Amino acid sequence: MSGNWLEVCAADEIDEEDVIRFDHEGRTFAVYRSPDDEYFATDGLCTHEHIHLADGLVMDDIIECPKHNGRFNYKTGQAKGAPVCVNLRTYPVKVEAGSVFIAIA
Amino acid sequence: MGGIVIVGAGECGARAAFALRGRGYNGKITLIGAEPHLPYERPPLSKNGLKEQVQPKYVADAERYATATVDVLTDTPVKAIDRVAKRVELVDGGSIAYDRLLLTTGSRARTIPGTDDASRRVRTLRTHSDAEEIRRELLPGRRLVIIGGGFIGLELAATARSLGADVVLIEGLPRILSRGVPAEIATVVAERHRTEGVDIRCDTKIDRIDTDENGVQILLANGQSVDADFLVVGIGASPNTELAEAAGLQVENGIAVDATLRTSDADIFAAGDCCSYPLCHYGDRRVRLEAWRNAQDQGTLVAGNLLGANETVTSVPWFWSDQYDLTLQIAGLADGATVTVRRDLADGAFILFHLDDTGRLLAASGIGQGNAVARDIRLAELLIAAGKRPDPQALVSPETKLKALLAA
Repeated sequence: MSGNWLEVCAADEIDEEDVIRFDHEGRTFAVYRSPDDEYFATDGLCTHEHIHLADGLVMDDIIECPKHNGRFNYKTGQAKGAPVCVNLRTYPVKVEAGSVFIAIA
Repeated sequence: MGGIVIVGAGECGARAAFALRGRGYNGKITLIGAEPHLPYERPPLSKNGLKEQVQPKYVADAERYATATVDVLTDTPVKAIDRVAKRVELVDGGSIAYDRLLLTTGSRARTIPGTDDASRRVRTLRTHSDAEEIRRELLPGRRLVIIGGGFIGLELAATARSLGADVVLIEGLPRILSRGVPAEIATVVAERHRTEGVDIRCDTKIDRIDTDENGVQILLANGQSVDADFLVVGIGASPNTELAEAAGLQVENGIAVDATLRTSDADIFAAGDCCSYPLCHYGDRRVRLEAWRNAQDQGTLVAGNLLGANETVTSVPWFWSDQYDLTLQIAGLADGATVTVRRDLADGAFILFHLDDTGRLLAASGIGQGNAVARDIRLAELLIAAGKRPDPQALVSPETKLKALLAA
């Protein structure tokens, strides 16, 4: 899993309790910074109607889809109930030398 | 034991059924619907679903109902509710006992009297089969007239244009979207439709509608007439209250329920489009909402109350509409607002915040491409629910993060 680290952005480019979109080779990801200053990454599209989650709202451990308010725990990818029932895939994240990296292998 | 019977197999009824299992209920659940399909999402029917979907977008597949042991009876219209025997009587002659009954009968499209003829040139858009019929007409060069400049009519206009049909949209009032959408936003919507070639005619009254198997002629009060291949009427919806009314339940612009969604019969609840309820945050005035999110929220909440949780509805009304690449979102109800301020976002998107004379935030309405306004509208919804009185200048300033106002 750790063979393919990709640099996303500088760590301070993501606000605390916020999310950004990261596109790579035709795939799209959502990269989060939690209120506790930890970083996480998931697939970028909601499993309900393929909406970019990075346009949604982060509250504590939850990312909420901007379209229909489907909720996921972005730390685990777990879908938190209707209208979403399929979990999000999550990806390893690390912060090194002030930059955020994700492994999407 | 009859268990819980849910009459109305739409979004709300389906959500309630699953939420009952989620709450640990292990009795019998019967979900009864008049349509031939499993519960499906209606919002796509006037939007992209009209272009893309041959199958309805189901709330859940058959396997999930089976796993949750929810008995779904499709194609099963209900004739009556016998409150004394606590049974639901079916049109086909059977009957089903209930301990508790949930009515999620939804609403149906209003029609124009006298246009219900055999030619099928005049339609409404409410069900999957309506959408299928309309889709067959949406071909390049076909002439569509839409009566009603509300969400359904405008979404259909956008979809029809993108498929190459010609569209004339007739609205009786001076502007489109006069119900619940600020003029400033309606203007953006109208301009976009005109750019896309929709002929919007406001303040336009209809004298007569003539149909034959080849088409429709709409005679206007101003003496003009419009010829079309087909006509779709989008003039709102009426709640399906007949069953409740016949059973002697209180009805008041919808099946009247209290804040826990209980009807005037303690064993019968109602939720979603079909019910009117006292709206928290707005002086408990009685409203009836026709909205997907409301159907979801109330379906989930009522499941708990069917089991005795006694929780009250506290959610803030929330609506959205997609037209072309524009999305409009509204949280709250703006009636009673005395101050409106505007927050401009990137790429022409903007949000209007509506406050009352005490400074309390009542509503926020936004429009922009894609989901440009979504996050701020969601935060506005949380501000409204919290009863906040945010500084109007802070709302206007793009430097202010709305999340910070929530914490303030």
